[in-house]
Amino acid sequence: MNRTVVHDTFVLERSYPASPARVFGAFADIATKKQWWGPDEFDKDAEHELDFRVGGRETLSGTLPGSGSETFTYDGVYQDIVAGERIVYTYEMTMKGRRISVSVATLEFLPDGDQTRFVITEQGAYLDGLDTSAQREEGTNELLNALGTYLEKAI
Amino acid sequence: MLKYSGELDLVFQALGDPTRRALVDRLAQGPATVSALAAPLPMSLPAVHQHLKVLEASGLIRSEKLGRTRTCHLDLTMLDTAQTWIESRKAMWLRRLDRLDAYLASLPPEEPAPDNRKGTST
Repeated sequence: MNRTVVHDTFVLERSYPASPARVFGAFADIATKKQWWGPDEFDKDAEHELDFRVGGRETLSGTLPGSGSETFTYDGVYQDIVAGERIVYTYEMTMKGRRISVSVATLEFLPDGDQTRFVITEQGAYLDGLDTSAQREEGTNELLNALGTYLEKAI
Repeated sequence: MLKYSGELDLVFQALGDPTRRALVDRLAQGPATVSALAAPLPMSLPAVHQHLKVLEASGLIRSEKLGRTRTCHLDLTMLDTAQTWIESRKAMWLRRLDRLDAYLASLPPEEPAPDNRKGTST
């Protein structure tokens, strides 16, 4: 197998007309989080568990869309939680039994008048797990679909 | 809000059309001639050529002319695996942020303004 590591950081930002406490609250327990978090491409029929405290875990596992029985897993640990202000967690993902990434995600809930500026920063080491032509093609098709869906909404 | 490099802008633009996505889907199965690509589409050959041109400009596909036949194939180097994966995660977050927006909008109005709670402990 080709061993590769690609490092990347991306930042997404959005403003919500709600207090930081309320936006933070949407992440703070599984019942609330399930109301908006998914299902998404990767979470369809997934098992989702959440233990929201420092050192607590969040796990998701399921079947890759359109793949029959190929599995993915998500395993995260909450590293830092400041109520209403900040959440930092680390997570790894596997696909078909191979580790494909290890990441740090930082969520910041910043007061901005009567709104909340919500900033997500994801820093990741993306590993060689996807680096076979078949998986590459599959991943590409998925991206194309995801981009298409996203663009249809965005335009 | 979200910035893409110029290359990815072209890819996004190229994929922002159902016909071009259908062409890419078809080419994901393997190379094909322009006439084979055009056959199932309800449009003229020049229109298909136009779409292929946009895809080629984005780097998503390449084509070669052999005699009178032009053959197209996907060029996956444009969409590096890691880049692909990173972009799909961003797209996933964007969908989640939309749903979070809808969820927050569905909640009853908040009572105390955040500012009132601070500095009123005395």
